[in-house]
Amino acid sequence: MQFISTVFLDGLVYASYLFIVSLGLTITFGVMKILNVAHGSFYAWGAYLASISIIYLGDNEYNSFLYYFAIFLSAIIVGIFFGFIIEKFILRKMYGEDIHLIVLATFGIFWILEDLILIVFGVDPLMPYYPAMELGGIEVVGVYQGVYSLTLAALAAIVAFICWYFLNKTKWGKLLQSVIFDREVSVSMGINVKNVYLVTFIIGGMLGALGGAYVAPTISVSPGFAIDVVVMSFAVVVIGGMGSVPGALIGSLIVGMLRAFAVHQAPVLELFIIYAVMAIVLIIKPQGLFAPPKPRKI
Amino acid sequence: MYYGFGAYAVAMCQKYFGMTDIFLRFFIAVAAAGLLGFALGFILRRYREIFFAMLSLAFSMVLYGLLAKAEFLGSTDGMSISPSTILGYELGRFGLLYFICFFVICAIVFAQAYLRSSLGHLTTAISDNEIRVEYLGYSVEKAIHIKYVISACLAGGAGGLMAASLGQVDPDSMVLWSVSGELVFVTIMSGLGNILAPFMGAVLFEFIRTYAFELAPQAWQMIIGGTLLAIIFFSPGGLWSFFQKLNFLRKKNND
Amino acid sequence: MTEKFILKTTELQKSFSGIIAAEDINISVKEGEIIGIIGANGAGKTVFVNMITGYLKPSSGKIEFMGRDITGIKPREATHIGVCRSFQVSQVFMTMTVKENLMIAMSLAKKSGLELLLPLDDEKLSKECDKILDLYKIKNQSNLIVSTLSQGMRKLLDISMAVVGNPNVLLLDEPTSGVSVEEKFGIMDIVISALKKSGTTVLFVEHDMEIVERYVDRVIAFYQGQVICDAPPSKALKDKKVIKYVLGS
Repeated sequence: MQFISTVFLDGLVYASYLFIVSLGLTITFGVMKILNVAHGSFYAWGAYLASISIIYLGDNEYNSFLYYFAIFLSAIIVGIFFGFIIEKFILRKMYGEDIHLIVLATFGIFWILEDLILIVFGVDPLMPYYPAMELGGIEVVGVYQGVYSLTLAALAAIVAFICWYFLNKTKWGKLLQSVIFDREVSVSMGINVKNVYLVTFIIGGMLGALGGAYVAPTISVSPGFAIDVVVMSFAVVVIGGMGSVPGALIGSLIVGMLRAFAVHQAPVLELFIIYAVMAIVLIIKPQGLFAPPKPRKI
Repeated sequence: MYYGFGAYAVAMCQKYFGMTDIFLRFFIAVAAAGLLGFALGFILRRYREIFFAMLSLAFSMVLYGLLAKAEFLGSTDGMSISPSTILGYELGRFGLLYFICFFVICAIVFAQAYLRSSLGHLTTAISDNEIRVEYLGYSVEKAIHIKYVISACLAGGAGGLMAASLGQVDPDSMVLWSVSGELVFVTIMSGLGNILAPFMGAVLFEFIRTYAFELAPQAWQMIIGGTLLAIIFFSPGGLWSFFQKLNFLRKKNND
Repeated sequence: MTEKFILKTTELQKSFSGIIAAEDINISVKEGEIIGIIGANGAGKTVFVNMITGYLKPSSGKIEFMGRDITGIKPREATHIGVCRSFQVSQVFMTMTVKENLMIAMSLAKKSGLELLLPLDDEKLSKECDKILDLYKIKNQSNLIVSTLSQGMRKLLDISMAVVGNPNVLLLDEPTSGVSVEEKFGIMDIVISALKKSGTTVLFVEHDMEIVERYVDRVIAFYQGQVICDAPPSKALKDKKVIKYVLGS
């Protein structure tokens, strides 16, 4: 029983931040058809900026509100700043090019941003643990768990709700869905696809950065830590179906739980299990579990 | 992945059969990778574009996960490989170099023949229009499968040679997806469709990497990334097309 | 049972998630016939062609070719037994030259297995290729990249690629759509005369009644997934139902 709840809680926490990150990735892919490898950079930059600001604020209990403010602000700044630059000056010039070339371009951007981190923040790991310390931990179904980690799950739920509401209940959401379904038709209907792309990319970036920023207080932020997350969120997005929001949710739950299970039960198989499941899902359902529909081409 | 698989095949044959002959090593690597490619090809040939890439990634990560944890294969430390021999004599550093050159030339000749064949041309045809190829009476999946096995063989052979010349195999530098990323980078840098192009690309890549590492140890990735972006922007056909353009201009000037 | 049919469909039906695209299609085609398939957009003409050539699998019913059941075969199998087609939107290899397009089509039609590993630019093949290009009057364009060609040229190439395997039955899906008015009779003259010479059975989907009247032996009219008329053109084009539902007046 204790084992099950440990796995469940760990898996939930892990799934939560994976969901936030993957949601950004899947939205970008769904709308722009770009697999953004540089998504990991948003994550890393979000984490670094949040860490720096939290450390700057210092360990002070009067600051707790400011911590969260700093986390969200970091995510927003990173998303807007890098999202704007990358979309406006690099990706925008490449639409219509071969899809693989665009993936590689984002790969190049990823490399550049990784090294920029080294230059700006140095190589020493940062540990902005104050917010997590402050909230302490509680016992949930017999397992000790940090409260901060649990708020992560709440955050993921809120993000999921906002996203669902936005896509299904607002005019903007419908607009976005039409762009996802068929770009050319949307252009001819008078939708400014360029702006939609820019905003989407920024929002996707913000979500990636938010994942990193929010998770920063629970880990040690060090160079190169983003790469695992990118590959993992690829797995999530592929399992769930690329460009599908419910897919990202289910996918991150699957990957999160699997990883928690593997870590506690068979650490040897951690990586293996996740990718084996990804391979199996692709073999059975090539488009992922919740593939968005495609327009007919002939 | 096939690169790493070829390398590991060489390492395993040494461990279990004491095999160090350079010819045997090369063929074992090619055959092992080819077999793996043949088996996985049945699954992969149904996929295109991003899904193909993702499934390949998943497979290679599965292999990585296995190799990194397999005790009898040395886990993350990998295994060391003894110097190659030919008919019982040990090959020196230069001897090995000659043999590698020999194999590279073989591969070039083979690849050239493939690209000139109907099957080779079919590749472009498939990327242009799959439906048409099916209606011409040839199975697109079969063509993709064949191509996949061929490239797996080439990659496996390269891995085998790399293992022989480095004297070491390990999962991080052989199987991890970033290695594949490097190889793709070389391909993009050099441009598609010509055999000599990747060779030039590979030389240039090593050159840039070595110098970037010397000049700016903290920012070499940045230099590589910047180069990649620059190439994609200014010469999407890779360096090869850049040279072609230069040639064209020179001819124009001469006329 | 007295007459031999090369192609015969019985009770052919196709539905897409509940919506019926074609039903009750009973058509028999004799060898060497040239048949025009007409009908408004969405009447089920292309669905019919797609089912015969294996792009779509019928929901029920049967397709027979030379007495053999070919229901639900794959496109490439259809090609192998001699049922070929062209497309409404030309399906050609856009980044290659006209000649390369045809060379590939020919080498696939002629060779098999390991022979495909031989070089493509074979001299004999090249000569044969030129002959066909000449026949379809696109020889002058043979070294141009397809994406630079006019729609009419692409259409011709598309059709010529469908005939290199000497099919028994050829289905042309709107051979003149997207082709300029000046070009269309020229194209049809070339295509039909070439096919008549080889005795190929032809079914073509067409919107242009002038073309239908001029070239076909028999007209099959579709309306809402059903065949509403199957008669020689002189009769079919005067048929009340055809006038009402297809010609639209």
